[in-house]
Amino acid sequence: MKNAKILAALLGGICLFAGVANAADTANTSRNSRLDDQTQLPKAPAKPVSQQYFQPPADTDIPNNAFGELVRRGQDLFMNTKALAPEYVGNEMNCVNCHIDRGRKANSAPLWAAYPMYPAYRKKNNKVNTYVERMQGCFQFSMNGKPPAADSEILTALTTYAYWLSTGAPTGKALPGRGFDEPPPPKGGYDIARGKAVYEKQCQLCHGENGEGKKVGVTSVFPALWGKDSYNWGAGMHRINTAAGFIQHNMPLGRGETLSDQEAWDVAAYINSHERPQDPRLVNGSIDETRKRYHADDGVNLYGVVVNGKKLGQGLQ
Amino acid sequence: MRKLITPLLSGLLLLPALLPLSAQAVDGSDIMQKGGANPAAMPCITCHGTDGKGMAAAGFPRLAGLPEAYIAKQLADFKAGRRENAVMQPIAQSLTPEEVAAVAKAYAELPKVNIKPGPVERPQPGSGAWIALRGAWERNIPECTLCHGPAGVGVGDTFPPLAGQSTLYIENQLKAWRGTKAVAATRKTKAVAAVPPSRRNDPNGLMAHIAVDLSEAEIKAVADYFAGLGESKETFDESQHRLR
Repeated sequence: MKNAKILAALLGGICLFAGVANAADTANTSRNSRLDDQTQLPKAPAKPVSQQYFQPPADTDIPNNAFGELVRRGQDLFMNTKALAPEYVGNEMNCVNCHIDRGRKANSAPLWAAYPMYPAYRKKNNKVNTYVERMQGCFQFSMNGKPPAADSEILTALTTYAYWLSTGAPTGKALPGRGFDEPPPPKGGYDIARGKAVYEKQCQLCHGENGEGKKVGVTSVFPALWGKDSYNWGAGMHRINTAAGFIQHNMPLGRGETLSDQEAWDVAAYINSHERPQDPRLVNGSIDETRKRYHADDGVNLYGVVVNGKKLGQGLQ
Repeated sequence: MRKLITPLLSGLLLLPALLPLSAQAVDGSDIMQKGGANPAAMPCITCHGTDGKGMAAAGFPRLAGLPEAYIAKQLADFKAGRRENAVMQPIAQSLTPEEVAAVAKAYAELPKVNIKPGPVERPQPGSGAWIALRGAWERNIPECTLCHGPAGVGVGDTFPPLAGQSTLYIENQLKAWRGTKAVAATRKTKAVAAVPPSRRNDPNGLMAHIAVDLSEAEIKAVADYFAGLGESKETFDESQHRLR
């Protein structure tokens, strides 16, 4: 009798424990448990005026051997992600859309400033994430797709390319030019309507009236900025502050550094006030719960926020 | 007999010019062959070729398969002086708005340049292909194909195809966008005044700064690259990606 009681208690304990484990599992398997989210990076150090940004090696430095072949393959994938890895890209984006000049350009999240910062501890998932996991995050969020396996040829080639670009860069030291070097939030805040005016004047020509981008045949040339072909609600670019940084340094193409902080924030807010594919981490099918867990303290973003009478974060197929 | 036919034929050719405009439907292909109602609007084929593919040696551009809106805009820009050209400006000024619309449509309906898809190219630094496919980002010069599309096939109504155009035409356009800088006098030579750009019709100033920052040698090399792409006889399968 006594034994039975103990057994029952024990069983109950085990069940309870299993229940907790299961809940945790479900939360994790709905996304990739090892995934590195595209959470905000600490601000990169400013570049002293007298200094140059880190210079990655030249293409002529790619060795003519098996390693060099993989570097080139990684670069091909980086520029033609949708064409060469269609099973992993759910929208029409390519790596090079956010990482200008094949991941070489400072303030366009250059690979030479990213690769040497991994593995990195992330408070958010309480894990040490690898560079490969960070790239898997890109596939899941920015490409709204399915991450290739960590040991896949695709991620190995992309890693090799990033490693090569980082030749001579210090390990574990944040370099000037890392990320998108966001402009500070404007004093009076941002204004979506004003952003629309900036968009129409500066962006629409290439990205289209409805943010749909432009294609040649089936190949995307100017990426979609919102809608089903664009990055999803889990991508770092959905943050207004992050997009403002990218835009200010890199847009309009070839004419970066021409928009003011205010214009960059306004137009980033306009772009990110449109519907896009759902955050794949969606919690219990609830926008509010997802906002609370993943968006509430992730920079400035409009996920789960009501804009023009509509709650954003509905997602698109 | 021949004596009789010649005046008859020339009479026939003149006939459209004598008719009041409203009485005739404007036919784009007619304008290509015979010119506009105003005799100053010469037949397009004189310079742009009977097939609309231009005349490479003289730098007359291909018009066949260019976007309708792009051609119409260029004609409007010639007319307004945003694009200066001694040959084209008087012609553009002589075309009626209806004729501009008709001829733009007719050229857009001719075959586009046909570039077959190829594997990923590996350009050599310092080559024309490098500027075309990689750009010169240290000078904020994006690769040409980023806006003009992979293989320079053109994107939408705004970014015309570069493939299918001649070296001379591309070179002339880049030079038209940059103008030339003033040269100071030396003991032996006179000062040369700056020539302002003769082409000022790029949307949002996207081309001007690129042309200014390219060297003469780079302009020639990149023009050669696009001219050298030629044209394929095989039809391009539109379900295939074009690689960069």
